[in-house]
Amino acid sequence: MDKIVIIGNGVSGVTTARHVRKRDPNAEIVIVGSETKYFFARTALMYVFMGHMKFEHTKPYEDSFWEKNRIELCFAHVNEVDFENKSLHLENGKTIHYDKLVLGVGSKPRKFGWKGEDLPGVQGLYSCQDLMQLEENTAGIKSAVVVGGGLIGVELVEMLRSRNIEVTFLIREPYFMAGLVGSGESEMLMDHMEEHEVNVKVNSSLQEITSDNNGRANGVITENGEHIPCQMVGLTIGVTPNISFLENTSLEMNQGILVDPFLQTNHSDVFAIGDCVEFRTAPPGRRKIEQVWYTGRMMGETVAETLTGTPRKYLPGQWFNSAKFFDIEYQTYGSVSDQLPEGQHEFFWKHSNENKSFRLVFDSSDNRFIGLNVFGMRMRHEVIDRWLNENASADYCMEHLNDAWFDPELYRNDFQEFVTKYNQEFNKDIHLKSKSWSRILERIKV
Amino acid sequence: MNTAEPKYRITGKSIGLGLTAIALVVLLLAAFNLDLPSIALILVLVTLPLGMIVFGYSSYLGLPIGIKNDGVWTRSLSNRGLSAWIIGVGLTTFYVLLYWFPEILGQGADGAKNYGLIGFFDPLSYAIKGSPASQWFVYGTLYSIAILGLGIKFIFKYRHNRYQFWRTVSVIIAQLVLAYFIPEILEGMNQDKPYFAKDLKYFFPLNYYFFEDWHLNNMMASESGTLGMFYFLWGLVGFLVVTPFLTYFVGKRWYCSWVCGCGGLAETAGDSFRQLSDKSLRSWKLERWLIHGVLAYILIVTGVVLYGYFANSYNFMGLDIYTYFRKPYAFVIGAAFSGVIGVGFYPLLGNRVWCRFGCPMAAYMGIFQRFKSRFRITTNGGQCISCGNCSTYCEQGIDVRWYAQRGQNVIRASCVGCGICSAVCPRGVLKLENGPEEGRINENPIIIGNDGIRLKN
Ligand SMILES: Cc1cc2nc3c(=O)[nH]c(=O)nc-3n(C[C@H](O)[C@H](O)[C@H](O)COP(=O)(O)OP(=O)(O)OC[C@H]3O[C@@H](n4cnc5c(N)ncnc54)[C@H](O)[C@@H]3O)c2cc1C
Ligand code: SF4
Ligand code: SF4
Repeated sequence: MDKIVIIGNGVSGVTTARHVRKRDPNAEIVIVGSETKYFFARTALMYVFMGHMKFEHTKPYEDSFWEKNRIELCFAHVNEVDFENKSLHLENGKTIHYDKLVLGVGSKPRKFGWKGEDLPGVQGLYSCQDLMQLEENTAGIKSAVVVGGGLIGVELVEMLRSRNIEVTFLIREPYFMAGLVGSGESEMLMDHMEEHEVNVKVNSSLQEITSDNNGRANGVITENGEHIPCQMVGLTIGVTPNISFLENTSLEMNQGILVDPFLQTNHSDVFAIGDCVEFRTAPPGRRKIEQVWYTGRMMGETVAETLTGTPRKYLPGQWFNSAKFFDIEYQTYGSVSDQLPEGQHEFFWKHSNENKSFRLVFDSSDNRFIGLNVFGMRMRHEVIDRWLNENASADYCMEHLNDAWFDPELYRNDFQEFVTKYNQEFNKDIHLKSKSWSRILERIKV
Repeated sequence: MNTAEPKYRITGKSIGLGLTAIALVVLLLAAFNLDLPSIALILVLVTLPLGMIVFGYSSYLGLPIGIKNDGVWTRSLSNRGLSAWIIGVGLTTFYVLLYWFPEILGQGADGAKNYGLIGFFDPLSYAIKGSPASQWFVYGTLYSIAILGLGIKFIFKYRHNRYQFWRTVSVIIAQLVLAYFIPEILEGMNQDKPYFAKDLKYFFPLNYYFFEDWHLNNMMASESGTLGMFYFLWGLVGFLVVTPFLTYFVGKRWYCSWVCGCGGLAETAGDSFRQLSDKSLRSWKLERWLIHGVLAYILIVTGVVLYGYFANSYNFMGLDIYTYFRKPYAFVIGAAFSGVIGVGFYPLLGNRVWCRFGCPMAAYMGIFQRFKSRFRITTNGGQCISCGNCSTYCEQGIDVRWYAQRGQNVIRASCVGCGICSAVCPRGVLKLENGPEEGRINENPIIIGNDGIRLKN
C-alpha cells in the first residue's frame, strides 16, 4: 500500500488528503506542515485581527476530524527533500519515507530588495506567525504605511484601520487595482477608502525604509522623495512560491515548481499543487501561476484522483474570483481587463451615489459574452458560468440578468436601468425577463 | 487596543446609556417599594426605549454602511466577560422571581392590591385594560420595549440590508400589536369572561396549554361567545394548516425570525450574543435529541390531557394528569427552559438556546423544513473561501461553512432564516431563497469551476 506524504497543510494539501481518503479508505496519508498543527483558513486572518472571529473559528474542520478520517498530521518543518531516496528530513531530526509526495508548500510575501525591508517593524502578511507579529508590531502605535495595492494590501489596511491606526497606502500605479478594474470602479474604491480615512497615495513607489536609533523602522521615503514617518511598514507587493528549501535538488523549478497538466513534476512520484505551482504550459485560457484559494482547492481535488489510480488533467473552467474592499463586495467572472482589448465592447454602469457598478464585456463582432465585473452586487456563479461555457450573447445575458441575480431577498436591483442604457448605447431593443427557476436549474436536468 | 472613537459618537452613546440607566434606576426604586408618582412611570416608558434607540443610533452614526463586527470577540459584553456575567445573572434572577416568586416583585396575593414593581405598572394597566397589573403584564411591557428599542438599534446596524430591515420591522410590529396591544385590549374589553390566550400567532405546541381542559372550556364557554370560538378555530387552523403551509413555502423563518416573540427578542436584544452559539458536532447531536424530545414530550402530555378531557377524568392510568403531566411540563419546559435558561443565559450561551434546543414549535416546523419545503440557502458555486464568518455568526450553531465550501445547499431543520450568515459572508456566497423542491438537497455536489472533475464519466 502506498504511503502518500503531503508537505503543507494549506487548502491544497488538505483537499488532496480529504479526497484521497474519500476514494481510498486504506491509503496511508500523512500531512507535514510547520505553520499550525491544524488546518486554518488564511483568508480569515484579517477577521481574527479585527475581532470578528477567534483564531479557532478559522479552522474549517473540528480537531477530531483528522483522526476520524485517519489523516496523520505531522507538525514539523521539512528541511530537505531527498528525491532520490524518497525521504524527507525534518528539522526535528526525524526522517519520513514516502511512496508518493505532494508539494503544497504555498507562497510567501514577495520582497524587492529595498533598503530597510528587513528591519524590525516591517512585515508582510501571509502566515499565522505574521498575524502574531502584527499584533506585536501594532501594539500602541498610531501610524503605519502599507506598500502595495493588491488584495492582501487592502486587507491589511482595513485591519489597521479597525484599530484606528492612521494608514498611508502607497500604490505604484496611477490608480488602485489597475490591471483588474477600470478607472471608473477604481475611483469608487478610492473614495470609499477615503471614507474609511485611509490616506491613499497613487503613483507612489517605495524607495527605502528608514530606521530610528534602535534600528526600528520609523518611516518611508518614496521615489518622489517624499518622507512619510510611521511606526510600522506593511509590505504587500504580492506573493511568490515558497520553494527556497527545494533549491539545489533535482526538482525542476522556475518561479514555481514546474508541472505538467497532471500536476506531475519531473519526478514521476512527486506532484505539486496550489500556490507553489508553475505550469510548463498554461492551462487553456489561464495563467501559469495562479495563487488563489480555489485553484489550490481544485488542484487538490484533481491530484487526489490521479493518486488513487485515475490519472486526471487539471482543467480549470472559467475564471472567477471575488474580494471585498472594506464594505464593497466584488465579483468577477470570465475575462475582464482594465484596457478594453481590440475587438471587444463593454457595457459599463455605475450607481450615481451608491457603491455599485457593473461592467460586461463582449465580442464586438458576434456579441459573445466574455466577462463581467460587479461591485456592490452579487451574481449567481452557476448561471454566469453556464453563459460563458455556452457562448451566450451579451443580449441574452442582459435580457436574463434576473436569473443571475444573487443579492439577498427583498433587495432592489437596477437591471431595468441597465437594459435601457444598453439598448441606447448599442442600438438594441431587448427586454428584461423575469427570473425563471427552470432556466436557473437547467444543469440538473442535463 | 486603540479604539479612539469620535467625540460625537461617544457622547451620543453616553446619552443613550444614561437614559436607559435612569429608567432602570426608577424601576429598581419602584421594586423596593418607594412610593413614586405616576409621572415616574411615564418617564420610564419614554426613557427606556429612547435610551436604547439613542445608543443604537450613536453606535453607527457617521460610519459607512456595512458589517459592524469589529471587536466582537474582544469586548467583554459579547465575549462572555464580566459585563456579560452581570447581565446574565441579573436576567436569570429576574426570571426566577417572575415565575416563582412574583410576590417579591409586588404581585398582590389573592386579589390584594399590588405594590413594588408590579404596583408601579398599575396605572398603565388600568389605562390599557382597566384592571390592575400582573407580573405577566409587567413582563410583557418590558419585553415589548426591549424588542422595540433594541430592534431599532439592529435596524441602524443593518440599514444596508433590506432583508434584515423588513424582518426586524415585522418582529417589532408582531410583538407590539399581536402579542401586546391586541391581547391586552381584548382582555380589558372582556373582563367578565374567562381567560384564554389571545396572541394570534401563539400557536400550539409553543402554546403548550392550548389543549388543556380549562383552556378549551374557557374558549368554548358560552360567555366567551364568538371571540372564544374564533380563537379556538384559529388555534386549530394555525397549528394544522397555516404552519405547515407557510413552512412549506418559505421555511420556518416566517415564524422564527419574522413574527415569533421569542425569536423577536433573540434577534433584537440578543443580537450581540449570536456568535456565542456552540458549533460543535456534539452540540448538534444534543440539539436533535433535546428538541425532538421536547416535541415528543408535549405531544404525549397533550394526548393525555385530551384523553382526560374526553374521558372526563383527572387521571390517566392511575396518575393525576395535573401533577404528573401538565405541571412538570409547565415547570421544566415552559418556565425553566424557555425563560430562565433561554433568555437568562443569552450572554453566556447565545441568543437562541431555547429556539435551538427546546422549542417544540421549532421542532415541528423543522421537520417540514428538512423534508418538505421550498426553502434552502443556496451556495454560490465555487466562491467560498472557507473564512468561517458564516458559521461564527450563525446563532443556531450551524456550521454553514461546511456546506458552503463543498458547494452544497444548506438544508437544516434548525435554520431560523435570520439571514445573518448571508449578510456577513464577504464573498456573496449565501442566499436564502424559496425554489423548486427538485434538486434542493444536493448531497454530492460538484463545485463549479473544476472542469476536469465535472466532466468525469
Ligand atoms: C491574507 C490573505 C488573504 C487571502 N485572501 C484570499 C481570498 O480572499 N481569495 C483567494 O482566492 N485567495 C486568497 N488568498 C490566497 C490564498 O489564501 C492562497 O492562494 C492559498 O491559501 C494557497 O493555498 P496552498 O495550499 O497552496 O498554500 P498555503 O496555504 O500557503 O499552505 C502551505 C503550507 O505549507 C507549509 N510549508 C511550506 N513549506 C514547508 C516545509 N518546508 N515544511 C513544512 N511545512 C511547510 C506552510 O507553512 C503552509 O502552512 C489570501 C492569502 C492571504 C495571505
Ligand atoms: S462566510 Fe462566505 S466565504 Fe466565508 S466560509 Fe462562509 S460562505 Fe464561505
Ligand atoms: S444558517 Fe444562516 S439563516 Fe440559518 S440560522 Fe444560521 S445564520 Fe441564520
